[in-house]
Amino acid sequence: MDKQRRTFLKLAGATALAGLSAPVVVNLNATPAMASAAAAGHGEETRQGMRLGLLIDMRKLYGRTDLLDKATEACHRVHNVPKIEGKKSEIKWIWKTAYANAFIDQSVNHASKITRESEFLVLCNHCDQPPCVRVCPTKATFVEKKTGIVAMDYHRCIGCRFCMMGCPYGARSFNWMDPQPLLKSVNPDFPARMRGVVEKCNFCGERLARGQEPACVEAVKEVGAIIFGDLNDPNSEIRKVLDREHTIQRNAALGTKPSVFYIV
Amino acid sequence: MIEKALKGNSNYWMWLAFLTAFIAVGAICYLRQFIYGMHLTGMGRDLSWGLYISQFTFLVGVAAGGLMLVLPYYIHNYKVFGRITILGEFLAIASIVMCLMFIMADIGQPLRGLNMIFHPTPNSMLFWDMVVLLGYLSLNVICGWVILTAERKQVKPPKWVYVFVYISIPFAVSIHTVTAMLYCGLPGRHFWLTAITAPRFLASAFAAGPALIVIACLVMKRIANFDAGKEAINKLITIIMYAAIINAFFVCLEFFVGYYSNIPGHKHSLEYLFFGLEHHGHVYNNLVPFMWTSVTFCFGALALFAYMKITKMSNDLLVGIGCLMTFIALWLDKGLGFVMGGLAVNPLDEVVEYYPTANEIGITLGIWATGFLLVTILYKIAVKVEHEVEGH
Repeated sequence: MDKQRRTFLKLAGATALAGLSAPVVVNLNATPAMASAAAAGHGEETRQGMRLGLLIDMRKLYGRTDLLDKATEACHRVHNVPKIEGKKSEIKWIWKTAYANAFIDQSVNHASKITRESEFLVLCNHCDQPPCVRVCPTKATFVEKKTGIVAMDYHRCIGCRFCMMGCPYGARSFNWMDPQPLLKSVNPDFPARMRGVVEKCNFCGERLARGQEPACVEAVKEVGAIIFGDLNDPNSEIRKVLDREHTIQRNAALGTKPSVFYIV
Repeated sequence: MIEKALKGNSNYWMWLAFLTAFIAVGAICYLRQFIYGMHLTGMGRDLSWGLYISQFTFLVGVAAGGLMLVLPYYIHNYKVFGRITILGEFLAIASIVMCLMFIMADIGQPLRGLNMIFHPTPNSMLFWDMVVLLGYLSLNVICGWVILTAERKQVKPPKWVYVFVYISIPFAVSIHTVTAMLYCGLPGRHFWLTAITAPRFLASAFAAGPALIVIACLVMKRIANFDAGKEAINKLITIIMYAAIINAFFVCLEFFVGYYSNIPGHKHSLEYLFFGLEHHGHVYNNLVPFMWTSVTFCFGALALFAYMKITKMSNDLLVGIGCLMTFIALWLDKGLGFVMGGLAVNPLDEVVEYYPTANEIGITLGIWATGFLLVTILYKIAVKVEHEVEGH
């Protein structure tokens, strides 16, 4: 057994323990909770077991562009996402955009001033019915059975970019050039990519395994604007907020069943 | 039989040298892309498919177009196509080789291409596209070669080959249907999300493929002493006309659905392609002249063909011009407009325009030249065999 594997297993063990004591961190070793039946209409089935999701409380982020940028920077730093100038070849996992761009299926006629002028965080929705997974010809992008995270295998991806066509949220980026020379600093805890493969937000699967919160959640901790947890666990914090507040999702009409919710 | 491609006059060799020059440039451009990366193309985060995939899509159609010769000859026993059916099969071979080259040029990690086979994924339409394309390629190689060999020996083709011929007919339909399914099953891409994509692809394929074959026949009549026969050409023109009209009809239906339903997502791409799309005070209209050229050429060719049919006029040059116009019209429609139009508005409602780079165009021309080279060699063999049989 090589050293890295040992370290990983130790971490995993520690995570199991941490999960028992620290309520803010998602316990990846929990027994599957009951699936929510309310989310589905027309008798459609949603995933059973753990389904990780994220809720962005925009009320706490209005006027705080600095926090939006902080979340993006934190994510891109820990995941070795290079900063590439210009729209053409850029790579982004989580970024800010206007309401009209984030919620293209919602009317913006007579939108309130705050809706019109604010920017909203967008990222991979880790859909319950992900079109990107459906179209991938090599299973390089797949749903992690244990968590519901839509993950990527950078070593299997052939770079056909079919997933970018399939994603109705524009959440995926392609490495048009070798990203490694463009990195200012490298985080050794997460692999840097090679060119010719697609990448996107992974809900910080690697951080969860270490008992940490997703980087964006941590970055906006001071206002507690992002809540992360198991959507299928009725006792999770995220479910409690979802049960209490009115939330919206991006382009839910497409039937992808996003795992990212917004309070606007 | 390959030795027949090694004998030819100076024009033949000049033509091959001309094509080889393009292939060489394309190869160098591809090496550049392979070494430096895909950012040498005009594609980007929003327009992540470009010229390569659109050429692939169009050429799948050209390959499927051979069906319009195979089906009447083998199913309806339409003897007039006897001399040219082999041309349809050989064109299909060259087109699919081009398709596969375009796919390889397009993927970011070409050395991992075999992952498609190592990790077969039946829920991906790209997997099925690979299956049907490789299947159709094999079928055409088998049928074309066996039937031509039999003709050369002046014996009847073996019976077993007809099994492959008949299988190749639904395969021809399937290659373009599955290629359409790459597009028409994607949520959030309004322009492509229409059940008429596959029929429309087939209609345009059944015009574009035969149009190219007619042009090849007319060229070979002048330079290679190969006459497809007036009746065959006339019948092909009729097929081309019907297919082009059906394609135009389908496009009109798209307009109706988009504009009558008045759903912005359904209108945006059509607006972008034909009239220019206004977005935040800027009008995006790069493709407008190309699309109107397509419309003009399509209806111009139809009018020309109709006039020739009505007046019973026979003029090879005009037939050639009409077919060339049809081919260009359909290339603009599918090989340019369909893919770019569908991607002009990204999932975040931003408008992005595509400018292919010189390197990308170099690769594209190189692959087209490879296809033409292959067609030239295969047609040369086919014509030589026919001459041999006829005792020229």
